[in-house]
Amino acid sequence: MASPDQARFAALLAADRDRILAAWIGALKAAGTVGQGRITAMEMETQAREMLGHLVAAIGEAGFDAKAPAYGRLRDGLAEISRTRAMQGFSPSETAAFVFSLKRPLHEAIARAEGLDPAAAAEIGVEASVLVDQFGLLTVEAYQKRREEVIIRQQREIAELSTPVVKLWDGVLALPLIGTLDSERTQVVMENLLQSIVDHSAEIAIIDITGVPTVDTLVAQHLLKTVAAARLMGADCIISGIRPQIAQTMVHLGVELNVVSKATLADAFAVALRRIGRTVVPARPAASAQG
Amino acid sequence: MPVTSSDTMEIRTSDDIVRVRQKVRDLAVGIGLGLVDQTKIVTAASEIARNTLDYGGGGTARVEVIEEGFRRGVRVTFEDEGPGIADVTRAMQDGFTTGGGLGLGLSGAKRLSNEFSIQSAVGVGTRIMIARWKSG
Ligand SMILES: Nc1ncnc2c1ncn2[C@@H]1O[C@H](COP(=O)(O)OP(=O)(O)OP(=O)(O)O)[C@@H](O)[C@H]1O
Ligand SMILES: [Mg+2]
Repeated sequence: MASPDQARFAALLAADRDRILAAWIGALKAAGTVGQGRITAMEMETQAREMLGHLVAAIGEAGFDAKAPAYGRLRDGLAEISRTRAMQGFSPSETAAFVFSLKRPLHEAIARAEGLDPAAAAEIGVEASVLVDQFGLLTVEAYQKRREEVIIRQQREIAELSTPVVKLWDGVLALPLIGTLDSERTQVVMENLLQSIVDHSAEIAIIDITGVPTVDTLVAQHLLKTVAAARLMGADCIISGIRPQIAQTMVHLGVELNVVSKATLADAFAVALRRIGRTVVPARPAASAQG
Repeated sequence: MPVTSSDTMEIRTSDDIVRVRQKVRDLAVGIGLGLVDQTKIVTAASEIARNTLDYGGGGTARVEVIEEGFRRGVRVTFEDEGPGIADVTRAMQDGFTTGGGLGLGLSGAKRLSNEFSIQSAVGVGTRIMIARWKSG
């Protein structure tokens, strides 16, 4: 419940709204958070107007109790704005600045509020500051949460994107591995490969590890398991792209892959073609010459 | 021994292992380790970091650049407060595993490092240090 002073203050705020809004927008523009192609002055103004409306209404109903249901619309609105900011490439402090720049305009409004006794005005000033701080933190949290969601989604996308099984020839598949092979992702990749072996009735699968920065025992074990599983399904694996530094490290680690390996994917492909009885020959001159 | 940079990182998830690897690689590149030596110390760190997570229940990695006379190196010290290792000699043997692994992590990390030390006490935890110097 708002106290009589708070209710009176809310009414004064409502009457003074345009001036507060103008001062707020001015502060936002001065802080340089508008423009730069991320958000137009118009959008910023619309958001500020809407949030100020929610704020004034909430103070009128519930005073400065930020947890009160009356603040629900302000909370949700600010959280939504912060999430959008996170997507638009704002920094956390720029995002928080949206709320914090309201502090001064609010204090100015308190200073010019007529009909509040000085003690009540001082009290309201303190409470308004605390309130702004709380909502400032809320925006940072919402921003942070959104960023984390984005990162998790991107990780998943990368995991899916970078692990295509490609068909090089009838019966020959290749799996170019790129990036860090944590166990979750490796599991998915290896299952994809095994499934593709079934789908294509492949005889040979080339696993290329050129893009894998670290081959430790966990990666090695995943490779070994995949090779063994592929073998049970009637397909042979060739591992390609073992760079010299990786080869040396594997020797020291004591890992033996016991599988045909080739320096490059091209070498592995040549082996695969030979195994399935194909050869690559230069095109006959007649074929390229005209007439 | 002078330490010119030191960073302590948490190991709580497998993403943390990736971060430790990246940090170790950055420092290794920074002191001018060649590609092979970089790969060795990064791989050794990856092994011990994973053990810290899987067997130690998580812990920390202190990643440092160290100096001795004119040479510089990268040192990583892993600590956990997990169950500890009852028989360290046995755990250090190639092929010994209690977790269905290859059993090559500890012994391999030792071979990949210039310096290696391990202290472990049952019920207290495990501390493992690995280091690699820039030769020449
Ligand atoms: N921090 C630790 N705390 C408790 N036990 C450990 C710790 N590190 C290693 N061990 C024990 O030592 C054993 C050997 O470790 P090692 O890293 O050599 O092999 P692994 O982890 O089982 O398999 P790999 O590393 O080859 O995938 C482990 O199986 C585990 O029982
Ligand atoms: Mg291990």
